[in-house]
Amino acid sequence: MEKRERPKIELKKISDNEWEIPKQGKMHVPVRIFASEKLLKLIENDNSLQQGMNVACLPNIQKYSYMMPDAHQGYGMSVGGVAAFPVEDGIISPGMTGFDINCGVRLLATPLNKEQVEPKIKELLDALFKNVPSGVGRDSDIRLKREELDKVLKEGANWAVENNYAFPEDLEVTESNGCLELADPNTVSNNAKERGKNQLGTLGAGNHFLEVQYVDQIHNKEAAKKMGITEKGQICVMIHCGSRGLGHQVCSDYLRKFEDAFPEIANELPDRDLIYAPADTPLAKQYFGAMCAAANFAWTNRQIIVHGVRKAFKSIFDIPPRSITQVYDVAHNIIKRETYEIDGEEKELYIHRKGATRAFGPNNAEICAKYRDIGQPILIPGSMGTASFILIGTNTSAEKSFASTAHGAGRVMSRHEANRRYTGEGTKKELEAQHIYVKAASWKGISEEAPGAYKDVDEVVQVSHDAGIGNVVVRLKPLGVVKG
Amino acid sequence: MKQYDYLEHTAEAKFAAYGKTMEEAFSNAAVAMENIIVETEKVKPQIKKKIAIETKHLKALLYDFLQELLVLFDSERFALHKVEELRIQQKGSDYHLYATVSGDDAQHYEMHSGVKSVTYNEMEIKEEKGQWKVVVVLDV
Repeated sequence: MEKRERPKIELKKISDNEWEIPKQGKMHVPVRIFASEKLLKLIENDNSLQQGMNVACLPNIQKYSYMMPDAHQGYGMSVGGVAAFPVEDGIISPGMTGFDINCGVRLLATPLNKEQVEPKIKELLDALFKNVPSGVGRDSDIRLKREELDKVLKEGANWAVENNYAFPEDLEVTESNGCLELADPNTVSNNAKERGKNQLGTLGAGNHFLEVQYVDQIHNKEAAKKMGITEKGQICVMIHCGSRGLGHQVCSDYLRKFEDAFPEIANELPDRDLIYAPADTPLAKQYFGAMCAAANFAWTNRQIIVHGVRKAFKSIFDIPPRSITQVYDVAHNIIKRETYEIDGEEKELYIHRKGATRAFGPNNAEICAKYRDIGQPILIPGSMGTASFILIGTNTSAEKSFASTAHGAGRVMSRHEANRRYTGEGTKKELEAQHIYVKAASWKGISEEAPGAYKDVDEVVQVSHDAGIGNVVVRLKPLGVVKG
Repeated sequence: MKQYDYLEHTAEAKFAAYGKTMEEAFSNAAVAMENIIVETEKVKPQIKKKIAIETKHLKALLYDFLQELLVLFDSERFALHKVEELRIQQKGSDYHLYATVSGDDAQHYEMHSGVKSVTYNEMEIKEEKGQWKVVVVLDV
């Protein structure tokens, strides 16, 4: 294995779960890392800290370049990175959302329990696999004409309600109600639309999945009840995917456009993937319109997957589609306009979250009425075969991390290494020994996502809880997984 | 001579592709990327596509060339067999790439994994002792 010597980066301990790289060189702000000592050692193993420092050098960055407990090396910005820039005189950067715009997580609660579902888990996985197209190159049954696709890009998940793929109450419990109003379909390229036209309602491949889970522990009964989760053993369904080829192409298109329009910026950067545009330029506004459109595509995509899940459960358990309720939906690769108080002044900021989840505390006006008094639900999936979590945002998250926390377990091992160490068949057997069944489009996909390739999600969530950026409500365990 | 090697990267897929010329290294990079999705050797050369790209610098040429293959895969289900022909020209300060690629409808083959996008992360295009090497990280 290729190992590179990295210069040791000195860290200052702030608390048991917070670390800082002080301002140095060209950095405008320090880097703030949320991690236990154990997770920090893993973060130090790759290039993540250097990537956090590179982000700290970007113009007009506010407060800190943040890294969440699941941070690992990405391209440009690390995965698990959060950075804020003023809308008025800051910057905006496509590479700092990740190529999969509005990759996110959705959780559904069912009226069934583990005893009812476990004996039929294989049939259920087959039905889910049939109703939700999964894997590379598996197209959707929905063929969108160009005008209809533009409607999806403009209206987001509202399109799914209008076309009978969703119930109105689903949208209420979706981040931004499943629609960003600044979306502009005219700023999305033909290539992006061509990539996405047959992919609405598909899971995709890689680390994307659809998982049947049961409630393992309830840490906050009152909050769980509000979410429709009432007892241990209750069956939930978690969906993890994003904006498919459409979103990937939007990010790539604008990264290249920014680079061509601002060569003097591109040439100064340590990594071209960090390319940005001044926020007040027309190109920056076009990009934001396109990013919002791709985010709307992703919310509609997850909404249509929910439709497939409801159909699958109806076919096996004969329960009404509406009895499967949505707990929440979060975006973890996105730029949002949010307002924060900085040095006593209210500022509207472009909050870039790449592999990080929004974590609004109680009483934030942007949270839906249902959850306003408890805080916004945060959904953190574990790696395949391990636990997943529901958390809620805290009163301190706005001050501590621009209301952001972790988004998952975070990789520790390359896909290449995982393929060498694990086989698809072996991973499947190991999971089956723990009574977790896997249905996959490709076996290679299974070995790449073997649990050993990821950090310990329990540790990630514990750091979020202890650092006060997201409190644990429910722990979920898997029964069966559909992988792309 | 080896066409390409896969390298280590925590989150993404990374490879180095080689060639006696820059053109050959670019062609092998296309095969390295496409092999993550489908076994290119099994793909039959049923369909030919022409690709023309113009950029302001060399790394962008490699980026756009590979990205074009991803667009062809998602929008037309085009799976690559190989790069039949590839020319690179420098005109003034701009770079031009013309390629003919062969492949087939991806639905006829087993597909392994998806590639979301090409990135600039750790990208290299260099010549050493008459050997060209390109390094690319893909978001997968």
